[in-house]
Amino acid sequence: MSRILSVNSISKSFASKKIIDHLSLDIQAGEFVSILGPSGSGKSTLFHLIGGMYNPDEGEILLNGNQINGQRGSISYMPQSPSLLPWRTVLQNVLLGQELQGKKDVETAQKMIEKADLSGYTNAYPSQLSGGMKQRVSFIRALLSPQPVICLDEPFSALDELTRLDMQKWLLSIWDEHKKTILFVTHNIDEALFMSDRIVILSAKPASVTEEFILPFSRPRHNELLLTDEFLAWKRKIFYTLRK
Amino acid sequence: MAFLSKSWRTLVALLLLFITWETMVRLLEIPQWLLPSPLKIFQEAALNWSDFSVHLLSTLRLSLSGFAIGTAIGLLTAIILFLVPFLKDSLYPLLILSQNIPTIVLAPLLVIWFGFGALPKLIVITLVCFFPVTVASLDGFKQTPAELRHYLSMAGANKNQLFWKLEFPSALPAIFSGLKISATYSVMGAVISEWLGAKEGIGVYMTLASSSFRTDRVFVAIFAIMILSLLFFACIMIIERFVVRWKTKGGDSR
Repeated sequence: MSRILSVNSISKSFASKKIIDHLSLDIQAGEFVSILGPSGSGKSTLFHLIGGMYNPDEGEILLNGNQINGQRGSISYMPQSPSLLPWRTVLQNVLLGQELQGKKDVETAQKMIEKADLSGYTNAYPSQLSGGMKQRVSFIRALLSPQPVICLDEPFSALDELTRLDMQKWLLSIWDEHKKTILFVTHNIDEALFMSDRIVILSAKPASVTEEFILPFSRPRHNELLLTDEFLAWKRKIFYTLRK
Repeated sequence: MAFLSKSWRTLVALLLLFITWETMVRLLEIPQWLLPSPLKIFQEAALNWSDFSVHLLSTLRLSLSGFAIGTAIGLLTAIILFLVPFLKDSLYPLLILSQNIPTIVLAPLLVIWFGFGALPKLIVITLVCFFPVTVASLDGFKQTPAELRHYLSMAGANKNQLFWKLEFPSALPAIFSGLKISATYSVMGAVISEWLGAKEGIGVYMTLASSSFRTDRVFVAIFAIMILSLLFFACIMIIERFVVRWKTKGGDSR
C-alpha cells in the first residue's frame, strides 16, 4: 500500500487560541481511517484544513506527494447534513462533484443510484426523500467526485440508531466495491470500531494524535461483530484512551 | 388547485360590491358624471371597445417592454452589486434614494431632457420596475444556505460556479417575488408615462375622459388597468410555478 495523504505536523490557531497542535497523520491508499475525539476537539477544523478552507499556521498537507495547503477541491467531502441542492434532482445532485471538476459520467451515476436502492428516485427532488435516502445520495455524490480521498464528517449523526446501522453497512458494502480512501470523523466509538481499518484518537484542545489502533476485524463486517467479546474489549480500551 | 377553489369567495365579494354600488347609485340618484353605475361602465366598455382596444394594446406593449427592460436592469444591478461588495456599499443608498423621487415630478423633467418619444416613457417604467427586483434578488443571493455554500467551497467550486450553481438558483423564489411586484407596477408606470404626452394608451384615454367629465370612461380605464395588472401577476405566477417546481413538489411523497 502506498501513502496517499499525509498531514505533517500541522498547527492552527483562531484568535490566539490553539485548536490543532502539531498534528501528524498518514493515510494509505484504500484505507478506511476513523478519527475519534471528544466533541469540540477540532475534528472539523482538521477537515477544513485538509479541504483547503483554511491554511495551516505550520506544517504541510500532502496528497500523492503534492502539497495541497489551502487548496480547495483536492478532496471529496460528505458533510454532516446532506447538503443537497434542493432545485436539482437526485441525478443532477449526484453529478455535482464531477461537474465542478469538469466532465460528467451520467451512466455510472445512474448505476450507482440503482445500487443504492434509489432507482425510482433518479428524477426526484431532495424534498421528496427521507433523511437516510438523502445521506445515501450525498455519499454517492462524494464517491462519484473525481478526488481520490473522501472525507466524511459525522455523516450519520442526525439519523436514528437503526437507520444509522443500516447506513453503516450500506456504506461499507459500496466502499468494498470501490475501495476509495476514506477519512471518517465521528464521536461514536461503536461506529468507528465497526467501520474502520484504523482508528486515530485525538486529544482534547489543542488537538494532536494521542494514539492509533489498527483493528483486527475481518471484512465484510456483520451485525454480530457488535456484540463479540473482542469488539467490547476494544470498545473498553478506546473508551479509556479517550478518557485519559 | 387551492388557488381556484378559494377564488370563488373573491368573486362573490366582488359581485356583492357591484350590486351594492349599482343599488346605491340608483336609490340615491347620483348623477352619472359624479359616479356612474357599474352596469353603465360595462356598457360603455362594450360599446366603445373598438376605440378603446387600440389604447389598451398600446399600453400593453409599452408596459411589457418597460417591464422587460426594467427587470433585466434590476437583475443585472443586483448581480453586479452582489458580486462586487465595494459597489454595493457605495451604490445601494443611491438606489434607495432613486425611489424617493416622486415619478409624477420626474416625468415632466424626462420630457424636457428626452422629448416625447418612447425613451422617457421607458425610463419611467424602468425606474418603477427595477427596484423591487434588485432588492428582492439581493436578499435572495444573501440568504443562500450556509451549509450549501460550505459544501460547494469544500468541493472546489470557484466564484463563478458558486454563483451560477448555488447563489442564483437559490435566490429564484425571491427573484420571483420581486418580479411579481414589478409586473403590477409596470402597468401603473406605463399609464403615468402616457400622461406625459402620447398619441394613444390608457393614460391618454383617461386624461381625455376626465377632462370631458366622461366619468364612465375613466372607470373603464381604471378597470382595464386593474385587469391588466392582475393578468401580468398571474402570468409571472404561472412561470414561477414551472421554474421553481422543486419548491412546490416539497414532501409530497413522505
